[in-house]
Amino acid sequence: MEPILRTENLTIKFGGQTAVDHVDFVMPEKHFKSIIGPNGAGKTTFFNLISGELKPTEGDVFFRGESMANYSSVIRTRKGLGRSFQITNVFPNLTVIENVRLAVQSKEQIRYRLFRHFTAYKDLHIQAERLLEIVLLSGKANAFANQLSHGEKRKLEIAMLLALDTEVLLLDEPTAGMSLEEVPAILDVIKQIKQTGNKTILLIEHKMDMIMDLSDSIMVLFNGRLLADGTPTEIMDNETVQSAYLGGLYDEHLA
Amino acid sequence: MKNKFQVNNAILLVLVAALAVFPFVSDSRTWTILLTQIFIFSILAMSYDLLLGYTGIVSFGHAMFFGMGAYATAIMLNRLEPTLSVFFLSIAVGMVIAGVISFLIGLLTLRLKSHFFAMLTLAVSGLFLVLAEKWRTLTHGNDGFTFRAPEFFKDRMMFYLLVLACLVLVYFFLRRFVHSPLGRVLIAVRENEQRTKSLGFQTLHYKVIASVVAGVVASLAGSLYAISLRFVNTSVLTMDITLDALLMTIIGGVGTLIGPIIGAGVIELAQHYLSGLAKEHPIFERWIIFFGIIYILAVIFFPKGILGTIQYAFWKQKNKIPKVDVAAPSRKELTK
Repeated sequence: MEPILRTENLTIKFGGQTAVDHVDFVMPEKHFKSIIGPNGAGKTTFFNLISGELKPTEGDVFFRGESMANYSSVIRTRKGLGRSFQITNVFPNLTVIENVRLAVQSKEQIRYRLFRHFTAYKDLHIQAERLLEIVLLSGKANAFANQLSHGEKRKLEIAMLLALDTEVLLLDEPTAGMSLEEVPAILDVIKQIKQTGNKTILLIEHKMDMIMDLSDSIMVLFNGRLLADGTPTEIMDNETVQSAYLGGLYDEHLA
Repeated sequence: MKNKFQVNNAILLVLVAALAVFPFVSDSRTWTILLTQIFIFSILAMSYDLLLGYTGIVSFGHAMFFGMGAYATAIMLNRLEPTLSVFFLSIAVGMVIAGVISFLIGLLTLRLKSHFFAMLTLAVSGLFLVLAEKWRTLTHGNDGFTFRAPEFFKDRMMFYLLVLACLVLVYFFLRRFVHSPLGRVLIAVRENEQRTKSLGFQTLHYKVIASVVAGVVASLAGSLYAISLRFVNTSVLTMDITLDALLMTIIGGVGTLIGPIIGAGVIELAQHYLSGLAKEHPIFERWIIFFGIIYILAVIFFPKGILGTIQYAFWKQKNKIPKVDVAAPSRKELTK
């Protein structure tokens, strides 16, 4: 069966620096894969290449067997590659519900209509409200996004991603910068999404317990290269991975 | 929500009715002309705010669309015949030209980052200014030309009413436009363009649509302006017009539709009175100096503009009330 998402030789160079280095990866449908690796390993860059924010120097991304090379991030989102951002990226001066409603509007393909008042599209509002319930933000629906705490903004980010209802979800460190007590709520949300069973999820995270708990497979990036890809237990037993994390490869590389 | 909406609409209707009755009550020629001028610039400022306030596009070339309308109307009334039907036709022609040109310019330039876009709009509008200066057979260059307005407008009151009707129509049209799903996306573009893209909206399309609508509306303002003077020259294409629109929008309140109307009123009235004061002291001949000062003070102390500041004050007050309400039940319990 054709995997839903695949990269071939995916490479990007910034000047002399190779941030993502010939990565071949395969993502079966409805699979949950986590990406780990030390800071600067190229995880977010890899996401940017998949979602179309960056153009690869070499190689290509395939979604359902179709080359994405000529598609901008806009088209990729419409085709089914949705992403959340590591650095919170919402509409600061709009209310929470409006943030989500915009995403729902995109999913419903209400793009160029200008004859009816937006409140006439009740369904958008209802869907947005339901999503806020899922991420436990209902109470903040009418607050402005810039009034939210960091953790709440992360939840909003997830609600917006869910609103797009894309087949593939690219989650870039959904718990980044969150306090410990806020993490379980996000974890629950991600678990819920996983349990519905119709999404393919790619997750970047640092919290190992969370990754072990959720992932069907884990891939390890190191200096832009794909170091290993396997089930959680395989990865934990992998010596190269261990040394990468324990510092062996670090020292070797720096020397 | 609905209630507030209805109250606002009611206030607006009363205001419009009062303005419509005004020329029947007062026969002050000065005021009729001044108000007509205010309405015309309100239309221009609203169209500018669609770009600046709603979509977050800074354009320094908005005058070119205003000028296109003004020249379309002036030239057609001059060359054909000064009748109402030619006048309406000229408005339509101006709008179509402005629409096509803003579409082409938008498509070419709106891909650029905001400040590069702003510079390009400046350059393009400069191009149109030079074109109008040099194409003397059509425009009579810098000197411009006078023309006869349709007989119908000999009565200043009729023209006043027509302009008021245009203002009301444009206001309701733009209000619907910014409150449509499409308008919501424009606001999203202003807030965070890159994020809007990643939600799957082709932001370039939205920016082009906004600039076409703004261009078409500005052209209408230009057509009316030409009639109000019965004269046109290259000044309608100059930076001054764009700056006026910018000033009115910023002083009135960016990102609202009523704001630019208030701004147009304030600036036109100030212009009128400040230049009138020149009889008292010669410094008022340089009233533009005061404008500079007002402008600087407004940007520093009222960055939201007149309307924005008022709205914010209301909003703050409204959001204070729930806090009192939270405390209220305990007080109730005490009195039990």
